[in-house]
Amino acid sequence: MKDLSLHLMDIVQNSISAKASKICIFLAADNEEDLFTMKIVDNGEGIEESLLKDITSPFATTRKTRKVGMGISLLKDSSNMAGGNLQVYSKKFEGTKLEATFKISHIDRIPLGDIAETIVTLVMASPDIEFELDISNKNDCFKFRTVEVKEQLKEVPITQFEVLNWIREYINSGIKIIFGGVLNEILS
Amino acid sequence: MKSLAELEEIRKKTLDQMSLRKSNDGMRVIVGMATCGIAAGARPVMTAFVEELNKRNMNDVTVNMTGCIGVCRLEPIVEVIDKDGNKTTYVKMTAEKAVRVVAEHIVNGRVCVDYTIEQADK
Repeated sequence: MKDLSLHLMDIVQNSISAKASKICIFLAADNEEDLFTMKIVDNGEGIEESLLKDITSPFATTRKTRKVGMGISLLKDSSNMAGGNLQVYSKKFEGTKLEATFKISHIDRIPLGDIAETIVTLVMASPDIEFELDISNKNDCFKFRTVEVKEQLKEVPITQFEVLNWIREYINSGIKIIFGGVLNEILS
Repeated sequence: MKSLAELEEIRKKTLDQMSLRKSNDGMRVIVGMATCGIAAGARPVMTAFVEELNKRNMNDVTVNMTGCIGVCRLEPIVEVIDKDGNKTTYVKMTAEKAVRVVAEHIVNGRVCVDYTIEQADK
């Protein structure tokens, strides 16, 4: 994967397959600790304990068609490559939490990528799932909630093209405010 | 900074348009969006479909995503299903190819034969 937004898209697909109705995404950059954290929390059906212990192996998968599942192992690689780590916590029937960390200044840290595009694509494809996005740095936090958007829209569907455009711009402005100058790929 | 209040305006605007819309003609576009698809560039392909369809005001075509279709080496894969249920599988898609598929296949009903999976395996 070229950037974090593609990893995010891929990992959220797991939550969708696990029939989650609510998916929370946290992106946090801490400049003092030189640490970037991406966290995805869902209320899906959770992971079997026997599978959880080697979940980061590319040969761990629940699918029936073949014996490989690359998503989590690729993210673990990206994270390890940049001096970070990946953890998965899960409880059957309660949900799953995945956390990946990255050293911000590490030469091999992949860039953030187009987070807004990922969220828009996810909302468009799964309009019934509630998405929450929290973007934070040491001092500030930007929040996006599909619940709030839907409340405002009433009978108009969230998949409306104009609404999706608004979401894209809204998230992009949040990323600029929070990560501008904190991650060197985003200008302040 | 943008605010949630702006959505109220979008809501009013789209409400008028929504009443004008004709009923569903049932054409569907399905983009493979598993690890293989995403890594090969399926996200920009899906965005291109949505944008092009909107440009042409074709609100009756649905664009959706699915998991791995099974031929990872040919990703990004897009399936177009017409109103009679005929399925066309396009492989190795790009945003540019997506624009052509919308114009020729979805609007005019002519399959873009050179992008299909049958051609890729020859």
